[in-house]
Amino acid sequence: MHNSQDVQVPFGPQHPALKEPESFLVTLRGEKITASSVKIGYNHRGIEKACEERTYIQDLYLIERICGICSHSHATAFSQAVEEIAGLEVPKRALYIRSLIGELERVHSHLLWLGVAGHEIGFDTLLMYTWRDREVVMDILSLLTGNRVNYGMNTIGGVRRDITPAQAKEVLKAVDTLEERTKYYIKIATQETTIIDRLSGVGVLSKKDAISLGAVGPTARASGVARDVRKDDPYAAYGELDFKVITTNTCDVYGRTVVRVLELMESYKMIRQILKDIPEGAITVRAPRKIPAGEAASRYEAPRGEDFHYVRSNGTEKPDRVKVRAPTLANVQAVSKMLEDRYLADMPIVIAAIDPCFSCTDRSIVIKNSGTRNSKTVPWEVLHVQSIEWYKEHKGIDFSALNKKYAKHFKI
Amino acid sequence: MIRPGRMFKQLVSSFFKKPATLNYPAERSGMPEGFRGKLKFTPDKCIGCLMCMRDCPTGAIKIKKIAEKQFECEIDLGKCIYCAQCVDSCPKKALEITQEFELAKLDRKKLTVVFNAENKGEAR
Repeated sequence: MHNSQDVQVPFGPQHPALKEPESFLVTLRGEKITASSVKIGYNHRGIEKACEERTYIQDLYLIERICGICSHSHATAFSQAVEEIAGLEVPKRALYIRSLIGELERVHSHLLWLGVAGHEIGFDTLLMYTWRDREVVMDILSLLTGNRVNYGMNTIGGVRRDITPAQAKEVLKAVDTLEERTKYYIKIATQETTIIDRLSGVGVLSKKDAISLGAVGPTARASGVARDVRKDDPYAAYGELDFKVITTNTCDVYGRTVVRVLELMESYKMIRQILKDIPEGAITVRAPRKIPAGEAASRYEAPRGEDFHYVRSNGTEKPDRVKVRAPTLANVQAVSKMLEDRYLADMPIVIAAIDPCFSCTDRSIVIKNSGTRNSKTVPWEVLHVQSIEWYKEHKGIDFSALNKKYAKHFKI
Repeated sequence: MIRPGRMFKQLVSSFFKKPATLNYPAERSGMPEGFRGKLKFTPDKCIGCLMCMRDCPTGAIKIKKIAEKQFECEIDLGKCIYCAQCVDSCPKKALEITQEFELAKLDRKKLTVVFNAENKGEAR
């Protein structure tokens, strides 16, 4: 409903409060947001299509680069799917190492988020200190995997690097330091009035809305939805680890902060447990180059929420189809709900609170007028002719001569 | 106790501490063991199976036959993503990773480095 008092303000795609290009169209009445809509798609990189052109081994490194923060999540989800199709039994030790890197990644992602949240509410002191402490876990990740980001730890059928006892000792030392610092941040988050007053009651997403909008990860858990793939559908070594799913019922940004800092403590517990219980043995099984025909879906609890990968193979060295649903795509719909009846000034922190990663998300398909009277099916031949016409009309390029020359490749 | 300024004590104590950052390039932290830096190729070990070329995700590596049982390797450091998959794929361990990471060049052509009997990882 629009009346004369409503003003529509475009927010993004380039905006100082946003870290990535995405666009929000907000309808304002005074300072209050009455409606908002999200538009994504500015960062589309065509990774899924590119995966179809490369072998499974090459895809691992491409998939890993979907996200810089949760690169291990994507690579693990993809390799899990491929291993399921190929029927590979991954060694226990490899599964434990996967979980270890996954938890270390969660620690670095949550500390990063805490800093970003501090920055968005003007508490830059918190940003400086959390990011300083995050370097401890980054150093550990580079020690174990050989890189600070894009670890390259996974391969089809296991992991690429083993963990030596000396490295395990280093990890435990770092976890002790991080745990002490995290206890300090829990104290800050629960006692500092700047944080409590600024974040309480901001970006409210009720439990009912969280379920109906399909929120995942810390966003859902802060609304009281105990949804965690590590518990619900255990993968890697999580079935044998003892941990709690952290939930709060405050349903606001403050709850999301508390969930994340308390999850850090669970991660430290898990890391210690993994290093204590890690079985001896091989770290990889030999994987075939040609993966037999089949399809598999794989789920992974990334730091931001559930990450979903679908892989279909056709018996060759290259996959037939790869589909990635990054956690932000599940959470971004909830942002419009969270912003309703809130002030414009809350917008940056509400968006930041879902820990968005828009370039991970930008691979969705939009089907217009699906199932309505206006829907129609356009055959490939017609599309092909249309594309030639479009280029001739809009770009002044005539492809018809070239098209005749290569007609036999187009299967028309 | 809920009150503002909970980080104040930390801030004051930081005044008397060394900075957390290093004065790079004068001071260096050093790379961890196993860091994936610039690749190194040993021509004597190569058997020309081309597995590295087949597995490289970006097509950065090229193995050329220059004479009977002699191979040279050309690596485009601009394309290389330093995943070290070629090191894993090589059956004869002709490829290794080094800890060298300061690889920026002002000339794009100098990014293509060649390893053969005479040249040990410099531009041609």
